[in-house]
Amino acid sequence: MISDADIILIKEPKLSAADKLYLTQIAEGVKVTLNHLFFKPKVTVQYPEEKRKLRVDNYRGVHRLNRDPDDRVACVACFMCETACPAHCIHIVAAESPWEDREKYPQQFDIDELRCIYCGMCEEACPVDAIELTTEYDMVGQSRDEMIFDKEKLLNVYDQTKDIKPRKNPKISGYQGTGDREKYDQLRERLEKMIEEREPGESKSTGTEGNVQ
Amino acid sequence: MLSWLQNQVVFSAVLSLVLIAGMMTCVAYCIYFERKISAWIQDRQGPNRVGFLGLFGNFHFWGLGQPIADGAKFFLKEDIIPARVDKPLFILAPAISMIVALIGFVVIPWGGSYMLGDTIMNVQVANPDVGLLYILGVGSMGVYGVVLGGWASNNKYSMYGAVRATAQMLSYEIPMGVAILVVVLASGQLRLEEIVLGQVGGNGLWNIVLHPVSFLILLITLFAETNRAPFDLAEAEQELVGGFHTEYSSMKFAMFFLGEYVHMITGSAFICVLFLGGWELSFFGIGPAFPGTGIEDVGLISVIIKIGVLAVKVAFFIFLFMLVRWTLPRFRFDQLMRLAWKGLIPVSLGILVLTVMGVYMGWQRSVLFNLGSEIAIVAATLGVVILANKPVTGRQDNMPVVTQPLGG
Repeated sequence: MISDADIILIKEPKLSAADKLYLTQIAEGVKVTLNHLFFKPKVTVQYPEEKRKLRVDNYRGVHRLNRDPDDRVACVACFMCETACPAHCIHIVAAESPWEDREKYPQQFDIDELRCIYCGMCEEACPVDAIELTTEYDMVGQSRDEMIFDKEKLLNVYDQTKDIKPRKNPKISGYQGTGDREKYDQLRERLEKMIEEREPGESKSTGTEGNVQ
Repeated sequence: MLSWLQNQVVFSAVLSLVLIAGMMTCVAYCIYFERKISAWIQDRQGPNRVGFLGLFGNFHFWGLGQPIADGAKFFLKEDIIPARVDKPLFILAPAISMIVALIGFVVIPWGGSYMLGDTIMNVQVANPDVGLLYILGVGSMGVYGVVLGGWASNNKYSMYGAVRATAQMLSYEIPMGVAILVVVLASGQLRLEEIVLGQVGGNGLWNIVLHPVSFLILLITLFAETNRAPFDLAEAEQELVGGFHTEYSSMKFAMFFLGEYVHMITGSAFICVLFLGGWELSFFGIGPAFPGTGIEDVGLISVIIKIGVLAVKVAFFIFLFMLVRWTLPRFRFDQLMRLAWKGLIPVSLGILVLTVMGVYMGWQRSVLFNLGSEIAIVAATLGVVILANKPVTGRQDNMPVVTQPLGG
């Protein structure tokens, strides 16, 4: 029930005699349109040439697969992102790492960009911040296959956007981004320590046979 | 060399061919400018992508290729004739609409006389004694295409559009005819060329100075006659899908569209001839005639200047048509009827009576009498509006006065 005090009765505007002939009101209207026609700035964004400024700086666009400072893929093929992904659009084939500092690396890393819902869960899940969502949104393809981004394509996205740290999410791991050599070395030390603490031989047991998708 | 042209019939035939070609181009670019102006009014950019086949790299000429692309699109689209339409009429309607619009401008005097060799030609396709009646008659035929199209479509929305168009045309023909009659009475002529000559600097004032209210009434009725906003009830998109052209597609739709724009150009030229001195440029007839636009100037250059002057005046009116379309909302149907029958017709009849009196007394060229009578009419109208305490169009009639809130 609405009380009477809350009701505002709006009366029709009282028209003067000239207003009732319409002409003055038409002149008013024409004044407004002429003002817009000649003097108001145009708001259209000429899209391919210019782009609108994003209103949020944590906009979730196309993924990138980060490189570490040694230009290798930062991913350790832990399958966290693939497990976290609610749309099941990430497919990783892990292989034994050719490098000393980690056990596995992704031999194949595919994201189906058409299936992805851009929720950012993969980014949250990644323990080494290897997968990140950039602010790029204008990717196109002429077929569905073309829109399945493989490892090379995702690394390529990183190469094009590496100067931008796109998202300002709270950090879950202590790791502060792949481009930072100091932080990278700290992490590397920590990983090496972890590997040392394990019994030798155990680290060798995770080979390619464990990489069932 | 040009002796074969020294015959008014041949000259008129050539002129009409030139006019048709020019008119079609004008219409295409009118549509382009309508889109541009509507965009600018709404703070947008409008069409600016289609250049000329990309021949000039990334420079698109502000989208000036758009009309050509639009035309090509219209020709290439599928032309659908729905199953249960009245086929002959369905095909005939857009053709009538366009032909009627096109033949309207044969009597428009575009540039006075032209001395070709030793013969004087009228830069006008035809100069009949009853030029003014001809253009009125042909203009009224314009609704025929709309009505036939709406009827033949076998669609209730088309039918509504056609019925609305008929009622609207019938109502607005009356004030239009009466407003024109004022000019006819004042100038004593039905030939459009003679009406222009009567307004040439030195001969007399432009009719807009003598009869501003009649000019305004004719302008308003022209909006209605061309089915332009705020009188576009025949194709009210929000209510009637597309109105009379709901079922039309491809080039048939384009012909309705072209017809509307040609109608606009003809109407603008008509109102320029009647009230604004046609091809004449002497600033309301007050100053001397602009060099090259006098009656005695019959050279090629002066004809070009005259055509240019008329073109600028017509362009102004077309701009006005577009500006008003993107400014005013559409009338409700009862408002439309009330504006014609309670507003324009009494006012125009009042002016007619006073003009007849002036002609009887021999005052038809007197500024004092004519302006005085126009002011008297406006004052009388204002008086009626104030006494009746109602707007002319009845915009606020029949609105319930809410004293108790609903559901309270």
